[in-house]
Amino acid sequence: MSESASKGQDYESSLSAATHQVAEFEKREGFVYKLQHGLHTNPALVPLIVLVLSIVVFGVLLGSKFFSPFALTLILQQVQIVGIVAAAQSLVILTAGIDLSVGAIMVMSSVVMGQFTFRYGIPPGIAVVCGLAVGTGIGAINGLLVTRMKLPPFIVTLGMWQIVLAANFLYSANETIRSQEISEKAPILQFFGSVIQIGSARLTYGIIFMLLLFAVLTYALTQTAWGRHVYAVGDDKEAAELSGMEANKVLVSVYALSGLICAFAGWALIGRIGSVSPTSGQLANIESITAVVIGGISLFGGRGSVLGSLFGALIVGVFTLGLRLLGADAQWTYLLIGVLIIAAVSVDQWIRKVST
Amino acid sequence: MTIEPIVQGRGIVKRYGHVTAINHSDFDLYPGEVLAVIGDNGAGKSSIVKAICGAVQADEGEIKIEGKPVHFTSPLQAREMGIEIVYQQLALSPALSIADNMFAGRELRKPGVMGSVFRQLDKKAMEKFARDKLTELGLMTVQSINQAVETLSGGQRQGVAVARAAAFAKKFIIMDEPTAALGVKESRRVLELIQDVRSKGIPIILISHNMPHVFEVADRVHIHRLGKRHAVVDPAKISMSEAVAIMTGAMEPPPVEEQQLVPKAAA
Repeated sequence: MSESASKGQDYESSLSAATHQVAEFEKREGFVYKLQHGLHTNPALVPLIVLVLSIVVFGVLLGSKFFSPFALTLILQQVQIVGIVAAAQSLVILTAGIDLSVGAIMVMSSVVMGQFTFRYGIPPGIAVVCGLAVGTGIGAINGLLVTRMKLPPFIVTLGMWQIVLAANFLYSANETIRSQEISEKAPILQFFGSVIQIGSARLTYGIIFMLLLFAVLTYALTQTAWGRHVYAVGDDKEAAELSGMEANKVLVSVYALSGLICAFAGWALIGRIGSVSPTSGQLANIESITAVVIGGISLFGGRGSVLGSLFGALIVGVFTLGLRLLGADAQWTYLLIGVLIIAAVSVDQWIRKVST
Repeated sequence: MTIEPIVQGRGIVKRYGHVTAINHSDFDLYPGEVLAVIGDNGAGKSSIVKAICGAVQADEGEIKIEGKPVHFTSPLQAREMGIEIVYQQLALSPALSIADNMFAGRELRKPGVMGSVFRQLDKKAMEKFARDKLTELGLMTVQSINQAVETLSGGQRQGVAVARAAAFAKKFIIMDEPTAALGVKESRRVLELIQDVRSKGIPIILISHNMPHVFEVADRVHIHRLGKRHAVVDPAKISMSEAVAIMTGAMEPPPVEEQQLVPKAAA
C-alpha cells in the first residue's frame, strides 16, 4: 500500500497517516436490531409467527371445536386453491411484477379440460394435458408482452384477465359441466378431490399437491441458479442483465410457470367443487395477492420467501374459519385481513431499512 | 520483435441516427498494460468501448481480438471469451450475497445427480472460490461471504465487482469510471486493485474522467476526441494539463512519432 500511495497524488499524501481501518461494521446490538436483522434474512418468519399465534388464539377461544384434526384439515381444504394460485403469484411478484390474470387462467384451464373431454370426446387424460398447455401458453404470452413489448406487468395482465375471462365465457357458452357427469365419465378431472381419511382428518390430493408445490418451489428458488436469477431480476433487472443473467428469459419462464401452476389450480378446482364452472374462482387474483402480501413478499420484487405465501394463505383460512365458528359477521374477517395487509407491508418497509 | 495486440480495432464507425458517435476510430490494447481512455463528454469514449465488448454493434470497421476478427452481438458473448466489464453502476444485485453476485450467470452446480438432474447449486464451492478471490485482492474485511451486497460500503461493492472481473477475466477487463462514485480512500483501494490485477498479467481498459487516477495507473493514455482516437500518449512524458488541452482541442497532439501507439516494450 505504501508503495502505491507514494506514487499517488499530493493531496493524498496524508493518507499514509490515515488509519488503516477499512469500513468496519458498526456492531449494532439490542433485541430490536436482532429482530430486524433476523426478519431480513428470514422473511417468512413474520407470517409464520402470526399463523401460529392465530391458531393458538382461536384454539383457546374455541377449544376442540377449532383445535381438531377435522377443523384444521378443513382449513387446508378451503385454502388449497388460493394457496396454489398464490404460489404462482409469488413467483411473478418476486420479479417485481404482478399477475392479475391468475384467476382467469385457472378458470380457462379448467373449462378447457372439461369441454375438451365432453364436447370433443378427447380422452380426459389428454384433455388435462391440453388444459395445462393452455395455461402455460397464456402465461408465456404475458411474459413475452412484458419482455418484448416492454409493457408494465400490471397492464399486460389486466388486459389478459379481461381477454381470458371473456374467452372463457364465450368458449364455454356459460355452460357448467355437472359433477355427476364428470365422476361417471372422466373421474381423472376430479383427481385432486380424492380424499385420504386419517381419523377425522381429511387430506385431499389437492392439499398434498399444494404442499409439494411449495416444497419444490422453495427448493428451486433457494438451491438453483434459476431461483437466484428470479431474485436478482426482481431486485434490479438492469444490474442482473449487466452481470450476465438473461433477464428476459427468466421473466418469460416465470410467467409461463405461473400460467402452468394456475392451470394446475384449475384442475384442483374441479376436484374441489366437483363441477366445471366458468363462473367459479372469480376472486382468485385478489385473494392470491392478499396471501402473497400477508406472506411478506415485497411488491417491489426480489425479497421474500415463497413459503410466506403459504403461511399468508393459511392465515386467511384460519381467520375465516375461526371467526365463522365464533359466530362473528363475515365482514369482520375482511376487516381483519385488511388490517393484516397494511401491517404486513409496514413490516416489509421496516425490514428494508436494515439495508440502508 | 512485435507484440500482437490483444484488441485491435480499425476504422470503427457507429452512428445513432444523424449522430456519429464513433467516426473511423482505431483502438489498440496490448498485453499486460493498463490503457486509459480519456475524452470529453460526448467524445465517444464509452461508445468505442461498448463496440468492443458487444454492448453496441459497430456499423463499419473491424475488431480483432488476439488476431481473430470478432462480431459480438451482446456482452454475454464477450464474456464467454473471457472479457469482463466493471460497470459504473456496478451491476451487482443488492439483495444477493457476495458469493451469489460473483457467480451471477455462471453458477457452479453440485457434481453428480444433485447437480445434473436437480440443478442444485454448489454453494460451498462458490463461497470458497469467492472468499479466496477476495482474500487474494486483500478484500476480506467483509464479515461474511453470505452478506447481502446492499450491506457493503461503496468501496467494498466496487471491490466485489473488481474481484469478480479479475477472477473470471481471461483476456482483459474493461472498467468504466470505477472510481467515479467513491471517496478518496476507497478510490485509492480500487487503484491498488487495478495494479494488483495488472501484476497478474491481465490487461485493463480504464475509462476515467479523473486525470490524477489515470496518470497514476495508466501505461498509455488513449485520448478520444470527436469520435476518433486523437492521440495515444505516454503519461510519463506529458502533463495532466497538456492531456486535458489535447482532449479538449486547445492543443495539437504531439506528432505521431512521439506518441505511444504501441507500448515501449513492444516498440
